[in-house]
Amino acid sequence: MATYEMVIGLEVHVELATRTKIFCGCTTRFGGAPNTHTCPVCTGMPGTLPVVNRKVVEFAIAAGLATNCEITRYNKFDRKNYFYPDLPKAYQVSQLYLPICRNGHVDIKTAAGEKAVGIHEIHMEEDAGKLMHDPWIDQTMVDYNRCGVPLLEIVSEPDMRSAEEVIAYLTKLRQTLQYLGVSDCKMQEGSLRADVNLSVRPVGQDAFGTRTEMKNLNSFKAIARAIEGEFRRQVELIEDGGRVLQQTRRWDDNKGASFAMRSKENAQDYRYFPEPDLPPIAISQAWIDEVKARQPELAEAKAARYQKEFALSAYDAAILTAEKPVADLFEQAVAACGRPREVGSWIMGETMAMMKEKQVLAESLTLSPQALARIVTLVAEGKLSRQSAREVFAYAFDGGEDVDSYVKAHGLEIVADDLAYEAILADVLKRCEKDVAAYKAGNQKVFGFLVGQAMKALKGKADPKKINELLRRALGE
Amino acid sequence: MELFEMTALELGAAIKRREIGVEEAARACLDRMSAQEGTVNAFVTVTEKEALKRAREVQARIDSGEMTHPLAGVPMAIKDLISTKGVRTTCSSRMLENYVPVFDATVVRKLDAIGAVCLGKTNMDEFAMGSSTESSWFGVTRNPWDPSRVPGGSSGGSAAAVAAREVFYALGSDTGGSIRQPASFCGVTGIKPTYGAVSRYGLLAYASSLDQIGPLTVDALDAAAVTRTIMGRDEMDSTSVDVPLPDMPQGDDLTGLRVGIPEDYFGEGLDADVRARVLDAAKALEAMGAVLVPVKMPMLEYAIPAYYVLACAEASSNLSRYDGVKYGFRPEKFEDLHDLYTTARSEGFGAEVKRRIMLGAFALSSGYYDAYYNKALRVKALIKRAFDACFEQADLLLTPAAPTTAFALGAHSDDPIQMYLGDIYTVSVNMAGLPGMVVPCGFDAAGLPVGAQLIGPAFGESQLFKAAHAYQMHTDFHRQRPDARKEG
Amino acid sequence: MEITDKLVAYVAELAHLKLDGEQRAQAAADLARMIGYVDKLSELDTEGVEPMSHAFPVTNVFREDEVRDSMDRELVLANAPAAKDGCFLVPKTVE
Repeated sequence: MATYEMVIGLEVHVELATRTKIFCGCTTRFGGAPNTHTCPVCTGMPGTLPVVNRKVVEFAIAAGLATNCEITRYNKFDRKNYFYPDLPKAYQVSQLYLPICRNGHVDIKTAAGEKAVGIHEIHMEEDAGKLMHDPWIDQTMVDYNRCGVPLLEIVSEPDMRSAEEVIAYLTKLRQTLQYLGVSDCKMQEGSLRADVNLSVRPVGQDAFGTRTEMKNLNSFKAIARAIEGEFRRQVELIEDGGRVLQQTRRWDDNKGASFAMRSKENAQDYRYFPEPDLPPIAISQAWIDEVKARQPELAEAKAARYQKEFALSAYDAAILTAEKPVADLFEQAVAACGRPREVGSWIMGETMAMMKEKQVLAESLTLSPQALARIVTLVAEGKLSRQSAREVFAYAFDGGEDVDSYVKAHGLEIVADDLAYEAILADVLKRCEKDVAAYKAGNQKVFGFLVGQAMKALKGKADPKKINELLRRALGE
Repeated sequence: MELFEMTALELGAAIKRREIGVEEAARACLDRMSAQEGTVNAFVTVTEKEALKRAREVQARIDSGEMTHPLAGVPMAIKDLISTKGVRTTCSSRMLENYVPVFDATVVRKLDAIGAVCLGKTNMDEFAMGSSTESSWFGVTRNPWDPSRVPGGSSGGSAAAVAAREVFYALGSDTGGSIRQPASFCGVTGIKPTYGAVSRYGLLAYASSLDQIGPLTVDALDAAAVTRTIMGRDEMDSTSVDVPLPDMPQGDDLTGLRVGIPEDYFGEGLDADVRARVLDAAKALEAMGAVLVPVKMPMLEYAIPAYYVLACAEASSNLSRYDGVKYGFRPEKFEDLHDLYTTARSEGFGAEVKRRIMLGAFALSSGYYDAYYNKALRVKALIKRAFDACFEQADLLLTPAAPTTAFALGAHSDDPIQMYLGDIYTVSVNMAGLPGMVVPCGFDAAGLPVGAQLIGPAFGESQLFKAAHAYQMHTDFHRQRPDARKEG
Repeated sequence: MEITDKLVAYVAELAHLKLDGEQRAQAAADLARMIGYVDKLSELDTEGVEPMSHAFPVTNVFREDEVRDSMDRELVLANAPAAKDGCFLVPKTVE
């Protein structure tokens, strides 16, 4: 049996973080009652015309520059024609002949080493509406709220050879786009969607095999599973003497299998032609320079700065900058409390643990940087024990903002009065007379036990350092 | 002066002088419609009630001094492919028989603002595809000069309504001659402005890169006044351009104006009477000081096939949105989604529309795009070049508007190509995006109007109005009416 | 070029038109005549001529990214042949 390798290219669609749609002034806000974010233009009423949102072009240029693309100085929109109810004009305004960015690359790092994944092109286009099946009447309901939301389609070269490389590429791409502010890249809300083009070939063969396109991949994990599944399916097919058909397949993550989709139109002939309603776009060097000048600090630069400015390790800096929302949280919390090391350790510790536990993605974090800063400050000032801080943190993680009120309401503040401590300690020592005697007789281990008893009596509201100190004093050291 | 001898501007002035009321003028037009529409059928929808209400409002605003535009209060009509909020806009198609737009076209908003009184929506070839107004779902429009003949098309209803003086001016649209050819057939003045001069927002598209809205009027002064009203950059239309408004024409001095006569437009296939009348017009311009310059416009015979490829290709895309889902015709019975689409479109569209969208889909389809669509775009570039060369030698061109005068109803109904060939003198103007104007220049032996076409360089409307107005100062063809035709 | 039944059926499918027997024959004849006519273009030498999609050199017409009010949903759906719960209604789509 031959050994096979997979050849993967990705088509990634990201919804842009503009306020308005690509061709009209309707909001791009996610959700909303059906068809309430629509107007004659985005519902394709007869006689309406598109007008390009300047921000879409600038985001496309920014994305192109950040992925090392050439910017197409003279680019145009084209119409892609097909009938489907989510497409009210029966054509999608897109770019085929002269896409805005071409010939770029994204550098990735995996266990297999470093590698550049080629970007074939990036083009601008409009999103389609949403279809919902109504089982009661067995008909489909059409909502055009999403219709006309601006998209970038980022088409890679077939340069990836493993699921790991694909995930590394997507992670890097998402990181870059988030940093640019071009898209929030929320897979769950569909603002980042990846279609996987995959073929297999015997190792050593140059020619590509027949590829399939897989859709409906809603998470990185699903993508990895779909890639492994499709790779196996194709290899088995070939090994059994079969042939891979060029088709679009839908991944069902629950079943762990893909299924051939019925094509949208019987004839897949999109009859692209230049969009006559939109004049071409001419991008000057000055405009490119302007976009470049406005480009925010990207992850790598940020990590380098963290090492320098906050004396963080390269490892920590990389973790804190891996995702833009996390880096934002870090910087804002540090700005509020001025304690980078502590903030960093709270983020890499409790925050990330809780994100994992509660399955919260970075882009969905509701932890307020001010709340985190306040917790860090209270702990550092000895006003909140580490243990109590964890409780307050759970509150803040779920979006709670008023840390001080929470601490007060739950009686979590450290009792700062030494006299009060001493009274409680005296009480503990009296109850544990035998243990005190044992300690005094030289059994050092008993000290820990006494501290524990003291903590218990203080209901965790005490600063352990303080207890140590007072306890030793009480024991006459 | 009797009401129906007036031009729109003359009526506007009379209204301003309180010699006639706005409602009175509207009622007089509506009465004329009652008398003539049974024969002419220029209208798909007459909005009598709304128009009279509107007339009273406009009168009040003229009286209060709020509305001062020279066309305020003048009754007019709008081709039924321009969106009018609350008034059905059908494109003369079964597909949109009951479609009532929820927004106004930009041109409609502009005319509203100056106090235009719209009496209704005029008939046309279905989706503006045709040159005779015979393909309308709402029946043919007849030529007021001879009801056995077509009014031309696709803006046949607008041209006939003005010729019959059912209104004082009307909006039309012109993709390949749809204002100019019916103006010629009906003996009225019409202009297709430069592409981009008038907003297309709210114009139900046939071929987006060629469509342009323009007026059909009694004379060149009216044409200039209406054009000035509807022109201008519109933030809702990316292809609209910000240019200065053309001047209102004055005087008859054309000294030094170079009028190009492209010999290719006067060759085989041109009716002898038409040829003679247009050459008469050339002489008339010469008498006013213009210099006639022979020029070459060699691309003519390729302009028609190139035009049909481009227009049909765009149409096949523009008309795809009519699928029975969001608006328009939906059949009672269908099996599934695909069947809904195909049944709605097969029953909703007429024969010519189906022919053109099939040709268009073919020209764009995989494997044929380069040979047809891209080839046509190259021909378009050559046509533009040829015009550029003409305008190095001439300030404007004078040509026939159509090879013949109005033909008999049904004459071309089984041969689409024969119909297409009638567009030979007009389509290239759209392909190059230029302004083209038609003025009445006489009658043929059968007493049917003949039109002469003036073609200008991009945004050369001022020149066209000036030449047309000068010509009309010395001729009265534009003043003649079917019901008051002077002999001789 | 030859207009085969297959081509007519294909073009009708692209245009989403239904052609029964007689209509298909008529469409084939019409299409043959129209394509035959536009084939005239192939006579013309256009070597080295760039296809011109836009007649004027207008470029960069944009709007700013500012939200405008959307339309009342009743109006958006006013012409819908079938609507329910604020949505357009179509026969079941298959995925």
